[in-house]
Amino acid sequence: MMAELLVPFSYEYMAKAMWVSALVGAVCAFLSAYLMLKGWSLMGDALAHSVVPGVAGAYILGFPFAIGAFFTGMLASVAMTFVKQHSRLREDAVIGLVFTALFALGLLMASIWPTSVSVQTIVLGNILAISNEDVVQVAVISAVSLGILVLKWKDLMVTFFDENHARGIGLNPGMLKILFFTLLSACTVAALQTVGACLVIAMVVTPGATAYLLTDRFGRLIVISVALGAGTSFVGAYLSYFLDGATGGVIVTLQTLLFLAAFYLAPKHGVLAARRRRMATAEASS
Amino acid sequence: MIPEPASAGTNTDDNLHASISVRNLTVTYGNGFTAVENASFELEPGTICALVGVNGSGKSTIFKAIMGFVQPAAGEIRLCGRPVAEVLKRSLVAYVPQSEDIDWNFPVLVEDVVMMGRYGRMNLLRIPSRTDRDKVDEALERVGMTAYRSRQIGELSGGQKKRVFLARSLAQEGRIILLDEPFTGVDVKSETAIIDLLRELRAAGHLMLISTHNLGSVPDFCDRVVLLNKTVLAAGPTAEVFTQDNLERAFGGVLRHFNLGGAALHSDEDPRRLTVLTDDERPLVLYGNGKSASGESPPKPHEK
Repeated sequence: MMAELLVPFSYEYMAKAMWVSALVGAVCAFLSAYLMLKGWSLMGDALAHSVVPGVAGAYILGFPFAIGAFFTGMLASVAMTFVKQHSRLREDAVIGLVFTALFALGLLMASIWPTSVSVQTIVLGNILAISNEDVVQVAVISAVSLGILVLKWKDLMVTFFDENHARGIGLNPGMLKILFFTLLSACTVAALQTVGACLVIAMVVTPGATAYLLTDRFGRLIVISVALGAGTSFVGAYLSYFLDGATGGVIVTLQTLLFLAAFYLAPKHGVLAARRRRMATAEASS
Repeated sequence: MIPEPASAGTNTDDNLHASISVRNLTVTYGNGFTAVENASFELEPGTICALVGVNGSGKSTIFKAIMGFVQPAAGEIRLCGRPVAEVLKRSLVAYVPQSEDIDWNFPVLVEDVVMMGRYGRMNLLRIPSRTDRDKVDEALERVGMTAYRSRQIGELSGGQKKRVFLARSLAQEGRIILLDEPFTGVDVKSETAIIDLLRELRAAGHLMLISTHNLGSVPDFCDRVVLLNKTVLAAGPTAEVFTQDNLERAFGGVLRHFNLGGAALHSDEDPRRLTVLTDDERPLVLYGNGKSASGESPPKPHEK
């Protein structure tokens, strides 16, 4: 029995998948702590879809996917800014337009010029079959991003909380925001490899949202979020060996289950706690 | 003895004269709208100055320019006699935001917010030292919020929220403090506490610039007034500037204005008149036949 449970660790591809997933899950969860506070959650989704043509193009032409993703990510932001400035469309419509356009282009490219990467891999991810070069790219992106976040988390928090104050203490909120979105783009590209374009959004929203229900302090929120992101990704990859299911699906399902648990059971912000408080006040007043 | 350039920062901060100098400032936004045109005023240390004008008169643009958010199209701003960017870098300008600008569900406690005031004086990792913790304790004590330090900021009343951000500016040790509508949504008790604190800060040589619609309290505690309507209509000591004529020029029919006298007010020959000017918050009441603020103030209306 015990031996059977340890089987995934004996396969190199499984071990690789679990560690890479955990690393990507951790850094995405770190970013999610900020993203969901600002109402920018869907930006993660838009970015993940926008980089698809870049990734497909990179595989077709045979250079590192990170470069292709970076190129189309930039293209997406330039296009969004351009359309927004030259039309009276609202922001959500512009984001919707641009990211679906790029995503469609990416699918088209991958289906017309079939290569080592299939449409399915891009959309759903395939961490179990990840190549060693890709592992290096993902690991470098995640480790560098994590390092920068650990150094700058308080500055980013002040910027997101109160931009005027950030200026007053000598920070540059504009630069910090650019830094944040650069990291976000880089990490969505990394997450693309593990869970695929469709589920990246969960990686950069769900852990933060769950942690938000569990604490009132930003530092703890980050710790909880990162622990959830890394834990669910590791366990998700592990379980996918036994379930024979898509890794992305397993990871995100786990994250959602934990969110639901927090939603009902959180000590202060949970549904049950709120009900208890209501009953207590009703009793006190009667 | 070789002078120590490293420690010079904190030492000279105390000697810096907190001043604001706005000269021929014009600010034009990206869409071509000019919000402030050719505005000039000078403020010295130990001053509480009200920035008064209708919505859209350029109050927030002046604040943004002082915070370096917008660059002047013409003219210049100098703080403490230096360029804006340099003074901001040294954490000398504190900002007390309007309540609407803050996300009150943000997961931070009262003490976390006050600690943010210290960030500009910490190392790059922002790890608080003993001094930082002491300053936070002291600031919380001064605004009477020590008992609430572990509350999430959304769990406070309007007045308590303001006091938290005031504590943050105390912890920051800013020489110039900008306050954006500090009395909106604030109970009378907190208003008095805030005004008392501002007076203490004035005595310590700080310079406070307050954007406010609360006209009634201006003569109570502001030494100077800058009246704004795209440009500076008048600037100077409250008694000279805060007059009915000037206010009517600044607000041009926007203010609620009651003027009572003679038979409408009393039956004797008393020539004095009673004027009430209000911009929806506490009204300004002027007594007498003259048209200048007498400094007398009526009792504050009680809020429900």
